[in-house]
Amino acid sequence: MRIALFVTCVNDTMAPGTGRAVLRVLERLGHEVTFPAGQTCCGQMHFNTGYQRECVPLVRKFVDDFADAEVVVSPSASCVAMVRDHHRRVAEVAGDRGLTEAVAHTAPRVYEFSELLVDVLGETDVGARFPHRVTYHPTCHGLRMLGLGDRPQALLRAVRGLDLVDLGGAHECCGFGGTFALKNADVSVAMGRDKVRQVLATGAEVLTAADNSCLLHVGGLLSRARSGVRVMHYAEILAAGDRS
Amino acid sequence: MSGATWLGMPAFPEAARTALADEQLQANLRTATTTIRAKREAVVAERADWEHLRAAGAAIKDRTLRHLDRYLLRFEEQATAAGAVVHWARDAAEANRIVVDLVRAADADEVIKVKSMVTQEIDLNAALAAAGITAYETDLAELIVQLGDDLPSHILVPAIHRNRSQIRDIFRREMPDAPDDLTDDPAALAAAARRHLRRKFLTARVAVSGANFAVAESGALVVVESEGNGRMCLTLPEVLISVVGIEKLVPTWADLEVMLQLLPRSSTGERMNPYTSTWRGVHPGDGPREVHVVLLDNGRTDVLADDVGRQALRCIRCSACLNVCPVYERTGGHAYGSPYPGPIGAILTPQLRGMRDDPVAASLPYASTLCGACYEACPVRIDIPAALVHLRARAVDATRGPLSPERTVMRAAAWTLAGPRRLAAAQRLAALAGALLGRRGRIGRLPGPLAAWTRTRDTPVPPGQSFRTWWRRNRRGTAE
Amino acid sequence: MNARDEILGRVRGALAAAPDAEVEVPRRYARTADGVDVVRLFAERVGDYRATVRIVAPEALAPVVAAELRDAAVGTLAVPPDLPHEWLIETGVEVRADSPVLSVNELDGCDGVLTGCAVAIAETGTIVLDGGPTQGRRALTLVPDVHICVVPASVVVGTVPEAITRLDGTRPLTWVSGPSATSDIELNRIEGVHGPRRLVVIVVDRQTG
Ligand code: SF4
Repeated sequence: MRIALFVTCVNDTMAPGTGRAVLRVLERLGHEVTFPAGQTCCGQMHFNTGYQRECVPLVRKFVDDFADAEVVVSPSASCVAMVRDHHRRVAEVAGDRGLTEAVAHTAPRVYEFSELLVDVLGETDVGARFPHRVTYHPTCHGLRMLGLGDRPQALLRAVRGLDLVDLGGAHECCGFGGTFALKNADVSVAMGRDKVRQVLATGAEVLTAADNSCLLHVGGLLSRARSGVRVMHYAEILAAGDRS
Repeated sequence: MSGATWLGMPAFPEAARTALADEQLQANLRTATTTIRAKREAVVAERADWEHLRAAGAAIKDRTLRHLDRYLLRFEEQATAAGAVVHWARDAAEANRIVVDLVRAADADEVIKVKSMVTQEIDLNAALAAAGITAYETDLAELIVQLGDDLPSHILVPAIHRNRSQIRDIFRREMPDAPDDLTDDPAALAAAARRHLRRKFLTARVAVSGANFAVAESGALVVVESEGNGRMCLTLPEVLISVVGIEKLVPTWADLEVMLQLLPRSSTGERMNPYTSTWRGVHPGDGPREVHVVLLDNGRTDVLADDVGRQALRCIRCSACLNVCPVYERTGGHAYGSPYPGPIGAILTPQLRGMRDDPVAASLPYASTLCGACYEACPVRIDIPAALVHLRARAVDATRGPLSPERTVMRAAAWTLAGPRRLAAAQRLAALAGALLGRRGRIGRLPGPLAAWTRTRDTPVPPGQSFRTWWRRNRRGTAE
Repeated sequence: MNARDEILGRVRGALAAAPDAEVEVPRRYARTADGVDVVRLFAERVGDYRATVRIVAPEALAPVVAAELRDAAVGTLAVPPDLPHEWLIETGVEVRADSPVLSVNELDGCDGVLTGCAVAIAETGTIVLDGGPTQGRRALTLVPDVHICVVPASVVVGTVPEAITRLDGTRPLTWVSGPSATSDIELNRIEGVHGPRRLVVIVVDRQTG
């Protein structure tokens, strides 16, 4: 299958390894991955902060960049949720019929990485090897907006050598919340510290999730605490090791 | 002052900081919310048709709101036919005036009250006091708040911020008839409240209530409660005055078959609350001889006019959204600056009060991570995160014109993200800055606007090569 | 303009742009409790509220009422004027019928009250009083501290929707689910505040022998 990668602005800038991991897994499974070069951002930060007008050109750009793609994959649950749940609203607010139609065309073909693997490609064992103790934090947008369920865990469970341990209070938000982390920094950190406590209680070496933005927040706290726990997007775990 | 001020958000964040520093409050909130979450989950899990009930509950309220004028008229006609007197109040002042006049007409100088959000919203007790009328709150938590000269911090349990020993102290101090050896055993505290209010119940001539539901087709009102103080207020006095927000209507009696399942399971986490009372005007020989209903707008029609925000009017005040909210759990209710705290308060207060000249109200749409736990719990499916985002947009649009630092940043970001070349340039800059600021791959504390982030969190140094650069160097030539 | 017209005008203005179609209410939730013994379920659920529950055959009703009155140490018992005489035999308590109407203070002087009910809901363990036969007015079951309620098995329904269908929403209704309680201290349920602190439910079922 030919799959277009929407890497997202955060991954592009802060975690290019996640994009490369998606590429590696999909290619290993025999698929062709393209990277529409014009792509930038889904508009989530602007939308969620109240800058809906500023968001309109970004949505327009997104539907243009991915107009020809048959299937789009993204390693960010919150960006996929933005595309799927909110692009339509942005188009409506803009009062742009054409854009509304373009969104209706593009949005349903955009998948979060685990949705693509499990639902579209029917894979749970992607041939990875990662001999570490890992815990998974289901990020809110993946959990509640996309309903990822246990797709990511199913993928992780199939990884050779990986010891997946349950995270206590897993369904609780980590406190990132985009600009919330700045506007309400104290509450954000209080929530993040509780998440850190739960992570440490698992004894895991690695905290993984479907959103690098949340991992930047919790990882930043883990790092400041000199905890020794690493954070990694689960795509990077799935890319580890080799089938051959 | 933290660096967060550059984003210009005053009210909620400051109040939240105070709350976070109060360890007793943190412990009280955590105990209470943990208890109630488990109870709610258990009784909700019992119902295989819960999602169907939620869908029905949302639709019943939407159906009502769509033709609210029609249902209000029908209610008025039916309640009047049953002997009630229906009054209309545009705002708090008008509602308070109506109630004060009714109490005076009954020649009373005191009233007993059953807990009602709407009378808190209009600050009825203060208006009564100004008119020389004493209001006795009879709900246990309201009593705790009233005796402690405190503010409510939760919809269902206004004294949630108090634990049992704090309650005992308040009773010992402020309740004249509290036994000297009163312990903090909850049963003993409840018994003290019973003794304290018993005479009042048996002798009061006027009661004031709200209503959980108002049935348009019959003119009946419904009050859902636990302690029996509601029943006391609704049946023993001669005069009953109920202040009812215009959004409390449901079209038919049959609609209650949904609402009376959704509400108790969502609020106290019970299959059914101990007592529910319904009455329709005056029932000769049974209950008050004079029944008044005050239908209140007080900003609700403004909420109704907003096509996204109007779903807040579906709210049945169950407080499930508060109990599951990770932000509320840490800040408590006072930080929200209104009788409506938590997620519902964050979307209702800005709409009822307006955000333009009200910094507290304007800060509320941002008091959320948009995690969606509230939406998932809400029995009438109010998409609170969507409403929050919508209100953020309204807040931003209301202040378009003057350039704030945040707007500058957002504009700059939009400009950067408008094309891949600009983004690539920014990425190079970020990598460069990261290389200058970082040590061993980590960026520590930074001054200025980013201090709010870096004060507590390390940041990885942005990699020297963005994904797009890597792709261009390694994959160019692959079909794009 | 008066408040009424102004509010109605504002409502209409607010809805001017709303879509015209009626909102249909999807009613796919359960209306009945299928495959359960509603009487047993009712008894179990009432018990969950820490009320006393007895299931008795019709001929055993009077002795059980008498026993429960003794157990609750009821000396003076209020009853609705139309309470069947055969519910009260050899109780030894002073019975005060609410006719002529008992004053609030007289009611407060009663230790208990004995009534029937209009409907009972198994799923939620609820009894509903509607002021009809054997129930009396609302204050009667409110002021005395012990409420003994006789529930004929024939009035027990499975679910809330069934109860709503049976009940007349224009009557003064009191739904009772367990004794008076509060969740106001640390969100834990504690029984016994302003309403009756003790609730005794006696289900009369022919099937019981
Ligand atoms: S918004 Fe929903 S969950 Fe929150 S109080 Fe209202 S009805 Fe309950």
